[in-house]
Amino acid sequence: MSALPPAHEAHGPTPDRTAVIAALSRELPADCLISDPGRLRAYECDGLMLMREMPLAVALPTTEAQVIATLRACRRLGVPVVPRGAGTGLSGGATPHRHGVVLSTARMNRILSVDRLAQQAVVEPGVRNLAVSEAAAPFGLYYAPDPSSQIACSIGGNVAENSGGVHCLKYGLTVHNVLRVRMVNMEGEVMEIGSAAPDSPGYDLLAVTIGSEGLLGVVTEVTVKLVPKPRVARCVLAAFNDIRRAGQAVADVIAAGIIPAGLEMMDQATTAAVEQFVHAGYPLDAAAILLCESDGTEEEVQDEIARVRALLEAAGATEIRISRDEAERLRFWAGRKAAFPAAGRISPDYYCMDGTIPRKRLAEMLEAMEGMAGRYGLGLLNVFHAGDGNLHPLILFDSNDPDSVRRAEAFGVDILELSVKLGGTITGEHGVGLEKINQMCSQFGADELDMFHRVKAAFDPAGLMNPGKAVPTLHRCAEMGHMHVHHGELPHPDLPRF
Amino acid sequence: MTAHLHSVLREQVLDAAARGLKLTPHGSGSKDFLAQARVGVPLDMRGAQGIIAYEPSELFVTAHAGTRLADIEALLHMHGQMLAFEPPHFGPHATLGGAVACGLSGPRRIAAGSLRDFVLGVTVMDGRGRVLRFGGQVMKNVAGFDVSRLFAGSFGTLGLLLDVTLKVLPRPQAEQTRVLSMSQSAALATLREWGSQPLPVSATAWHDGQLHVRLSGAAAALEAAVRHIGGERLDDGAAPLFWTGMREHRHAFFAGDRPLWRVALPPRAPALDLPGEQLVEWNGMQRWLRSDATAADLRTIAGGLGGHATLFRGGTSALREAGVFEPLAPALMTVHRRLKEAFDPSGVFSPGRMYAEL
Repeated sequence: MSALPPAHEAHGPTPDRTAVIAALSRELPADCLISDPGRLRAYECDGLMLMREMPLAVALPTTEAQVIATLRACRRLGVPVVPRGAGTGLSGGATPHRHGVVLSTARMNRILSVDRLAQQAVVEPGVRNLAVSEAAAPFGLYYAPDPSSQIACSIGGNVAENSGGVHCLKYGLTVHNVLRVRMVNMEGEVMEIGSAAPDSPGYDLLAVTIGSEGLLGVVTEVTVKLVPKPRVARCVLAAFNDIRRAGQAVADVIAAGIIPAGLEMMDQATTAAVEQFVHAGYPLDAAAILLCESDGTEEEVQDEIARVRALLEAAGATEIRISRDEAERLRFWAGRKAAFPAAGRISPDYYCMDGTIPRKRLAEMLEAMEGMAGRYGLGLLNVFHAGDGNLHPLILFDSNDPDSVRRAEAFGVDILELSVKLGGTITGEHGVGLEKINQMCSQFGADELDMFHRVKAAFDPAGLMNPGKAVPTLHRCAEMGHMHVHHGELPHPDLPRF
Repeated sequence: MTAHLHSVLREQVLDAAARGLKLTPHGSGSKDFLAQARVGVPLDMRGAQGIIAYEPSELFVTAHAGTRLADIEALLHMHGQMLAFEPPHFGPHATLGGAVACGLSGPRRIAAGSLRDFVLGVTVMDGRGRVLRFGGQVMKNVAGFDVSRLFAGSFGTLGLLLDVTLKVLPRPQAEQTRVLSMSQSAALATLREWGSQPLPVSATAWHDGQLHVRLSGAAAALEAAVRHIGGERLDDGAAPLFWTGMREHRHAFFAGDRPLWRVALPPRAPALDLPGEQLVEWNGMQRWLRSDATAADLRTIAGGLGGHATLFRGGTSALREAGVFEPLAPALMTVHRRLKEAFDPSGVFSPGRMYAEL
């Protein structure tokens, strides 16, 4: 999209491509290095396909020693490195740098241990999210964070993005479920951050590392917490003839002291789109549908479902269904999980937003978005992680029509800026990457952005690790007109710009 | 009022930076015994107290750092909610800011998570006198580095905590505590086994042949769990006092002058073969030890098991000055020093409270 920044914005001199490839081929086996343009093409973008850039080369190390060697070689030559997991990220965090090397951890994909009695697993970063739960399943355990891309996305990428998912209301985000990482910094030094024991000494570097979007280092090993699989899970599907009522019902459930395992909402347009796709039997005349999942022991689930049902009825639900068996529970969820592909079927393209707002502002937000959709003349599907106020509006547009692209982009910006205005954030779980870098200037002031740059520099003084992502330069914000600048002077002219 | 307070604090910080003075922010002083000794001019952070925002259905509370923890908990209690990490107070006037700066969690940590897991946002003043806001009041927020959680357990070395937003949770519908008689090794084995099953265990403590287990959740679920776990029911009046006593170190084990060590270990660590008395919490992951063992010996044992040892309370000044916290690996210390420099370039805040280098 045109207002998105070029991926190579931040970094200076053009390195000698031949020298970079020669240096890397001294460090890596031939099958761990890609340099021919045809094969590089597969790495030109991540899940944000609107941003494309060709890297100099792609390194695919299989061991930590190769990661170290790759980083040292790049550091020596002053070449930027873009870490990449499975490439499913939606914010352009792994978009290549034109003068840089992509370091993919996809081939470091061994599960090193699954310990039932410790309820922990140690995995390499390229292990897929779902593979961890599959490996733990024979022990009655699983890994709780479940981003929608979990069949493909990797744990290393989850650490970089602090990924969430449908169940994070009750079970937390990646930051609550990762205990330790091994990380290699740009200098090639290995750091053990966090530990299998609680409360590591010193500052909580693990919290800063998780969600750092590849700006601090390359993770080579991750210890995750596993949790016992609940004995029973059941899902309540409730229909509402007014989306505000559905929003109120969500607040009522939480206020009653219930933290459901999942609490999701879809509007009528989304329900219609997904019903064509999955035939789940959703009530198509409802303005909004709530899905509320309860898990635990049989007794807990029975008790919770009864309370949820009473609350939803009192909130004015026009229809309530409770899953009678596992097949039905999965059918209830099938539509919610198919929302993105369904959008892809009814529109040539869609643009997924990720703002979070305080739950009580939901009605206001929905009304405003309805107005925007009319103004921009574009369709909109609304799906939310309603329990935690994380919205995923899907803007429908046509990438072959430049004007439609321009309108979709402006619509997205309006949504993000309204999220901030309502007391929320521009990104709940997809990350800033390149996509939302301009909106960081709305959410944070110059002093906070300055501090983010200093935090990055504490880990990466050379500024070569995924430069130009996640934190905008103060210069960029000034150009965007989002930041107040006195007398044309930027604050902190001494700062490195990356 | 807040703006005025901030400008007063800013003046103090800038003045200290200019004159090479050190400041040591504090609340009620209830946890002064922790960490290395405070040096520098005391800076009382109780100038701003009170709840800034609390909305039960939004599951968060925002309060000035000087607010009494007990006041926050009383308010949450009225609305059927709680600070699920059960922060130790160690004094009637313990403040929110002090709790966050010390980063301690109580018995429910094994079920609910630690203090840092519940930090959603902070407002802080850095060493340049700037007021900075990180995080916010929503559960999911991945914009920018997670600086809020970096302040949890930073002992006032990075900046002044001005206000904090914490996630809150509903209180369980019912609780029950069971008491079982067993050796430490048997208790550790049993707890590991229970940990791998979906049981509503919310706290555990073993001492002197007795294992206390607290169950929390729906009443019907507790009945089912009791059948599985067995043991004797601790009187419902006594149970909350038992767990508060554990959290606040009022148990007889914690009395006396012998050095109190906290050894944090991975879940599968065996019983420690050490002279001195032991009390085991958090399914074996938190071991309290009254011992005259040397720091080097304890750290070798803890480190060998993948954990670490902290001199929590007491000990001679020589023992304390040798370092109450586990030393950091060089690569980690380098990052710590640079972060300290980023937030506090003149080294104004609580120097040496964690490590001599910070």
